[in-house]
Amino acid sequence: MLRVKAVDKSFGEFMAVCQANLSVGKGELVAVIGPNGAGKTTLFNLITGQLWPDRGKIVFRGEEITGLPAYEICKRGIARSFQIVNIFPRLTVFGNVQVAVLSQQRRSNNIFSPAQNLAIGETKSILESVGLWDKGKNIAGSLSHGDQKILEIAIALGNEPELLILDEPTAGMSPEETAATLELIKNLASNRGLTILFCEHDMDVVFSIAQSIMVMHQGRTLIQGRPEAVRENREVREAYLGGE
Amino acid sequence: MFRGIIDPKSRGLIGAILVLLFILPPILPRFYTYILALVFVTSLLAMSLNLVLGHGMIFQFHHGVFYGVGAYTAALILAKTSLPAWIGFVAGPIAAAVAGLLIGSFCVRLTRLYFGMLQISLGSLIWAIVFRWYSFTGGDDGIHGIPIPSLISSVNSAYYCILVIFVICLVALYLILKSPFGSTLEAIRDNPQRCEAVGVNVRRHQLMAIVIATFFAGVAGVLFVVLEGSVFPDLLFWVLSLEVFIMCLLGGWFTFAGPILGAAIMVSLRTFVGIYTEYWTLILGIILILLIFFLPEGVMGYFLEKLKPQVKEAAEGGAN
Repeated sequence: MLRVKAVDKSFGEFMAVCQANLSVGKGELVAVIGPNGAGKTTLFNLITGQLWPDRGKIVFRGEEITGLPAYEICKRGIARSFQIVNIFPRLTVFGNVQVAVLSQQRRSNNIFSPAQNLAIGETKSILESVGLWDKGKNIAGSLSHGDQKILEIAIALGNEPELLILDEPTAGMSPEETAATLELIKNLASNRGLTILFCEHDMDVVFSIAQSIMVMHQGRTLIQGRPEAVRENREVREAYLGGE
Repeated sequence: MFRGIIDPKSRGLIGAILVLLFILPPILPRFYTYILALVFVTSLLAMSLNLVLGHGMIFQFHHGVFYGVGAYTAALILAKTSLPAWIGFVAGPIAAAVAGLLIGSFCVRLTRLYFGMLQISLGSLIWAIVFRWYSFTGGDDGIHGIPIPSLISSVNSAYYCILVIFVICLVALYLILKSPFGSTLEAIRDNPQRCEAVGVNVRRHQLMAIVIATFFAGVAGVLFVVLEGSVFPDLLFWVLSLEVFIMCLLGGWFTFAGPILGAAIMVSLRTFVGIYTEYWTLILGIILILLIFFLPEGVMGYFLEKLKPQVKEAAEGGAN
């Protein structure tokens, strides 16, 4: 479904991503792991158009999307959440998700009908599925960190993506919140049939839910394969797991 | 279309204000009727700016240009052609919107402060043309004695004309802000990067907002012609743009009606303090300093904040 081929990105002298390769099949739950600064977030930014690669190719459903603006990539069916909470702090929780739903329905430019009567059902069902419906009227900026991270995912769901990219969905969460979020991600994958690509620090999390794991080290792809294969790979152990 | 948009509690208040404004002119001295009409015109200008400023966080530093373009277009058609007057009145806002589209399409490539700087330069260019082109625009003299249709040429009839158009524009602006377009604009204000990520073409959206805002600035410009019967290059000068900007901040730029309050304060200051001293801007400066320290959300923002617990209850009561 998604193929990243030999993608490079440098910031000045620093090669943030260098010869990264990744493939995500339909319906898969794929994890990207690697130490801090390995280039995971940069790689995601390259896929979703926040950044443009210097070299290489990104193909989604047979179409090259390299260098398209972020909103075009989103319209092709890739939605994402961000590692650092990236929501609309002054809008209500409901409004946050509604913006995405309205955009998905191509209604963002409608100036003639009141927004409060539009996309109610879709927004409600998303908020219910992530457990934020009872907080719908709250101002998003006033939510707890954990809830804001969940709202991140809810906004991404508003675009009805085929591929959902989650950048450290459990960063900064308490153990209980982390467990609940993992449950949510698993449900999204199984109930909605979503393809999910995520990156995560917590190794237990990754090995418990991912079907395929890609390991990054210093911007480079070391390996991508099934969890067992990755666990046994010597290079990976030296670069990353060995430290634990 | 309006269902559930205006909460029932404020409906009575709005109605009462409207009735009051309609019965005032015969009672008031002519001068005050004129000042009130001037407040409406200025308010509309400030509110059109606030659509992009407070609700879009687009730093439209030279909004006055579009006011001036609207006013001059109407004035030129009325004074120099034999076309029917309504064509001038319609052409004003359209010309302003076209100017908004042209200038805006250069400016939206930049963000924030850089947007504002480029707009000041491009806007000043238009001002310079108007200021210098004596044979066409009358240069620094402006155009005076513009023939206004007799139906709306007296102060009282101009007042009613301006009031009606003003109210229509307010309703239109309100509906636009409450529409998906408006809520997406506010989402862009909060977080443009995230908006791109949910599939919104941020620049196109901002450009559309600018075109709408400049259209309403053009309406305000035409109303100015109706009220004054003259135009002059100061309408496009950056000082006026700054004043309008201050009105938004003064009234409360994150509120809907704040700019009306800001415009009323500015017009009153200039009129009533201006009688005693030509340094009325000194008083304005002091007010601004106090504002920044004590009411950073503006006057209207401050009072809405005070009223908040009640508003919240009212909203919950309304939902049940």
